[in-house]
Amino acid sequence: MSERREVRAIGQAGWGRTLGAGIVSLIYFFPVYFILMTAFKTRPDALAMPIKFFFSPTLANFYSVFWRADIQGGGVTNSGFSLYFFNSLFISGTSVTLALIIGTAAAYAFSRFPLRGNDTYLFIILTTRMLPPIIAIIPIFVLFRVFGLSGSYTGIIALYTAFNLPFSIWMVKSFFDDLDRDIEDAGRMDGSSEWSVFRKICLPQIYGGLAATFVFAVILTWNEFLFALMLTGTETRTVPVAIARTIGGQVGVDWGLMSAIETLFIIPVVVVTFLLQNQLLRGVTFGTIRK
Amino acid sequence: MDEIRLDRLTKRFGELVAVDQANLTVGQGEVMCLLGPSGCGKTTMLRMIAGLEWATSGDIWIGGKRVNDLPARDRNVAMTFQFYALYPSLPVQDNLAYPLYAENLSKAEIAKRVAQVSEALDLKSILKRRPHQLSEGEKQRVAVGRSIVRDPTCFLFDEPLSRLDIQLRQTMRTQIKEVLTKLDKPTVIVTHDQIEALTMADRIAVMQLGKVEQIATPHDLFARPANLFVASFIGTPQMNLMPAGVADVGGPESDGSVSARFSLLGETISARVNNGVAALGSGAKVTLGIRPRSFEFANGSATDCLHASVDLIEPMGAEMLVHLIEQGVDMRCVVPSATHISVGDRVSVRCKSGQLHVFDNAGKLVG
Repeated sequence: MSERREVRAIGQAGWGRTLGAGIVSLIYFFPVYFILMTAFKTRPDALAMPIKFFFSPTLANFYSVFWRADIQGGGVTNSGFSLYFFNSLFISGTSVTLALIIGTAAAYAFSRFPLRGNDTYLFIILTTRMLPPIIAIIPIFVLFRVFGLSGSYTGIIALYTAFNLPFSIWMVKSFFDDLDRDIEDAGRMDGSSEWSVFRKICLPQIYGGLAATFVFAVILTWNEFLFALMLTGTETRTVPVAIARTIGGQVGVDWGLMSAIETLFIIPVVVVTFLLQNQLLRGVTFGTIRK
Repeated sequence: MDEIRLDRLTKRFGELVAVDQANLTVGQGEVMCLLGPSGCGKTTMLRMIAGLEWATSGDIWIGGKRVNDLPARDRNVAMTFQFYALYPSLPVQDNLAYPLYAENLSKAEIAKRVAQVSEALDLKSILKRRPHQLSEGEKQRVAVGRSIVRDPTCFLFDEPLSRLDIQLRQTMRTQIKEVLTKLDKPTVIVTHDQIEALTMADRIAVMQLGKVEQIATPHDLFARPANLFVASFIGTPQMNLMPAGVADVGGPESDGSVSARFSLLGETISARVNNGVAALGSGAKVTLGIRPRSFEFANGSATDCLHASVDLIEPMGAEMLVHLIEQGVDMRCVVPSATHISVGDRVSVRCKSGQLHVFDNAGKLVG
């Protein structure tokens, strides 16, 4: 790349391009906007045709996410959604963290202490993600029954950890591969043990990469539906499964309620992504801008 | 006594012999440069001393102790890397302190040593910065600081100046030399730059294809290159190496020299050379080496001259490099800029007395 290449400052792309980018973003954002809007609509507004863009907002849908009016008696019952939200957070958080810890250790080993046939092992690990998950669902279901894991936290967390491992190993390995080996050798010369080289020299250099891996794995796990549907029970049900069960109501789909659930559902992912966005950017562009 | 001694040190990578039976001793306070073209095994040798590569065979002694089986962290050797290898996530002060953590020193002692080093290398103003915020010269000083902050048995430098621009290189060269003189430890510097080696080293080991070709002081290396490789590698512009024959050799004199005549480019020149040439006898094929600065222009009637045409003139400031050509053989000579010649002229040149090198058929220096 020539050093004299002109670089435009942010905001200097010109009105035409800015407008174009704005329109494309709006098209992408529209479904999300539609859900957000519906979440604040009353039932008649939500079903109205043509679509109402102006309406008086209500929080009733958010209330009924957690509390349902009883059909008889005028009281309310807990819908169970507070539990489902806890389950989603707990199961995704734990499994992604576990996968990241195990994956980082494995990635370091694959990167720094290659075995005979290292690439073959890596390839085999990746093949587990090449099949559509539905192919594996029946054997996994049988396994869960045999080991008594159906409906347990242990079962679904173990499965999601295994599910996230190939991705974590491959991604984190690429970050380790990009590091300058001389820096590790310098650590050895300076009296570091192999553990210190890993913990104090290599790991701090890839925090951005770990954050990126974490966010991607969280998004995948957070939205996972198929395994959650088959393998969780009433006590361990995650939000995606619970949303699907809401569709099958006796009186048609309550779009307002569903939109409210979805609105709440995307908040944690948005928060995680927002908090880690600086790290994320560094992680994704890792290796492309150094030296 | 601190010294580094390599005894028949060999490193193989599969079929490739990277370092072949190298013998080398670096005494206390001595600066040894490993000099050679890329791929000659000099860095591998350095890494074996450091403990970053295991030796295939042979012994490495540091400070009287055989260290072959010790990992790098237990050898107490300090090394400066070509690309500095500073810890990117740590500020300069922690980079400097890092080697001290492993020695379990008190916080006060660590702070004291870091202060001393940053004083000596003028790093005080950048202690809080991270490596990516430093200039190349600052990085280099931090890297040197990190290696001298503790009290190692010896120092190793891998291409210490290769990343600096020319002016900075000269300043750093002086600074590193000053630091090393004070420390009085054996030091090994790897470089492919002969100016760097000639100016910094007490002795230079010239390497080629894994073999140590010659170990000598910079002056000896220049004045008495042991073989054709060293002769052509050391010195800029390169030494002229010309095939010749021994016409006849006189009897040995009391000072160990002989008078010999050589046939070269259809002419015969006589010179006083080392009596090693006598053993070759007349008719032997030799290679004559004459440094470009050993040539002098002579007038047409002088004896022992070579005659050639001026092919090209390159001004170099106070001197100029003149390319001569005769019978397809190219000769380079460096003469004062004031010399009046122009391209196409026929000139007579003569080798200054005592500056003719004679190599035998196998490429070894004989006279």
